[in-house]
Amino acid sequence: MLLTCTDVRKTFGSAVVLDGLDLAVDEHEVVALIGASGSGKSTLLRCVNLLTEVDDGTITLDGEDITNPKINPDFVRRKIGLVFQSYNLFPHMTVLDNITLSPVKVHGRPSSSAKEQAMEWLSRVGLADKADSYPDRLSGGQQQRAAIIRALVNSPRLLLLDEVTSALDPELVGEVLTMIRDLKGDGVTMILATHEMGFARQVADRVAFLDKGKVLEQGPPAQVLGDPVEARTRQFLARIIEAGRL
Amino acid sequence: MTEDSLKVHQPSDIQLGRIAYRRGKAIRSVLVAAVSTAVVGVLLVVAITGAPGWQRVKSSFFDASIARKYLPDILEGLWLNIRLFAVCAACALLLGLIASVLRTLRGPVFFPVRALATIYTYSFRGLPLIITIYLFAFGIPGLRLQGTPNVTVLGGAAITITYGSYIAEVLRAGIESVHPSQMAAARSLGLSYRQSMRHVVLPQAVRRASPALLNDVVSMQKDVGLISLAGPIDAIRAAQIGSAESANFTPYVVAGVLFVLFALPLIGVTDFVTLRAARRQNAGT
Ligand SMILES: Nc1ncnc2c1ncn2[C@@H]1O[C@H](COP(=O)(O)OP(=O)(O)O)[C@@H](O)[C@H]1O
Ligand SMILES: [Mg+2]
Repeated sequence: MLLTCTDVRKTFGSAVVLDGLDLAVDEHEVVALIGASGSGKSTLLRCVNLLTEVDDGTITLDGEDITNPKINPDFVRRKIGLVFQSYNLFPHMTVLDNITLSPVKVHGRPSSSAKEQAMEWLSRVGLADKADSYPDRLSGGQQQRAAIIRALVNSPRLLLLDEVTSALDPELVGEVLTMIRDLKGDGVTMILATHEMGFARQVADRVAFLDKGKVLEQGPPAQVLGDPVEARTRQFLARIIEAGRL
Repeated sequence: MTEDSLKVHQPSDIQLGRIAYRRGKAIRSVLVAAVSTAVVGVLLVVAITGAPGWQRVKSSFFDASIARKYLPDILEGLWLNIRLFAVCAACALLLGLIASVLRTLRGPVFFPVRALATIYTYSFRGLPLIITIYLFAFGIPGLRLQGTPNVTVLGGAAITITYGSYIAEVLRAGIESVHPSQMAAARSLGLSYRQSMRHVVLPQAVRRASPALLNDVVSMQKDVGLISLAGPIDAIRAAQIGSAESANFTPYVVAGVLFVLFALPLIGVTDFVTLRAARRQNAGT
């Protein structure tokens, strides 16, 4: 297993957000995390990336316990990419500098080779002409694709995507989803929190439904989205269908 | 395609009418401004030169021969102010940067440095600069320690420390205005806290704080004149000496004009930066 979460607990004050959550992800696997707003999808991704500390339980990456306080979180984060709903590109840097910051400053790569690699990626997703632009000159979809490249250039073992299309205008969602579909083709291991059920059905190997701080139900997309076992999963999907998102 | 259509586009009669109307309005407002400025200027000149005491004021504040006589001394003094300003500004920026970053550190380990930085910014922002200069320039030598620096250095230190606290506050506000998600994004890329501060948070903070920072620097530029209180012969002290010798206030006017000239370039830069920042703000994110 590439990633395992065992009995993970996370609270904010008196609110228990993750309550004994178990989840395992294999190499090259794509897992879609679904669940109501506020069910803890972002919190789980932030725990995996060590942006927040778990209150109990264990998370391992490549067999190594990353919740061990003796471990240096900076080293763990270098192996995990995280893409945010709101892109979070650095507004004072060009797209190219955004992408090469970590390879150069963290991984000590020569700036020329980092730039070359960044340009390859940008060309691949049709953004080569935006390399020297500042993020505020890009559309949301372009910013999000640049943010995904920024998370990818360090060849992370695991890519975490947190509702990466939720802030986008509907006509820009497609270009980002296409890019993620291509990444699956490359064999990138991903956990994606999403509200795009149709997309989850297409690209995910497995769908996990988060409810009351646990993974209530998980399995192949066709089963979880089409014929869920749990009543609460069915209710959640019914609400999604009502909102016209399936 | 769009450029071509722009070139050949012939404005409609409605648009031509609008353009003519706007041009007429612009010409009218320039005329009104010119006339009103001239009227106000003439009135001021008449009121001042026609005042009963004008001849006395003129001879005691605007005496050309006295101005010429003391200009070299005052210029030499100004050179001290300029050097002092350059050194103090650089040191105060550095000090302010350090204090502001120390105040953002979280966790119990950093409590002592955080507390020290907070006490520093609170106390020196409240303490009048004149008192700080007196304390440094006359209090510290009173301790009779070995190797006490001269009063210029002590006075300069007082200015640096006072302005360092203003700058620390401005920068801290700048740091806090950078959304936490920027820090999270930097950390998620594997950057350490220090690297994230240096490459992601501080550049944005300084940019946002730059109008306020430059205002502080401009006001420091004139406050370096307060060094004269500690004794060294800067422009103001030279003017004071000249004024006492000649029993005339003209040397002060000379020093004042020189200070304004010395400040003009930076004031220009400040206006430019403030305007640009405002325009960016209005342009949205
Ligand atoms: N830093 C925080 N402080 C307090 N409460 C938080 C914090 N982050 C998240 N929460 C709470 O945790 C719950 C789960 O949030 P989140 O993980 O963002 O859910 P999701 O991503 O599934 O919408 C929410 O109720 C939210 O209010
Ligand atoms: Mg979320």
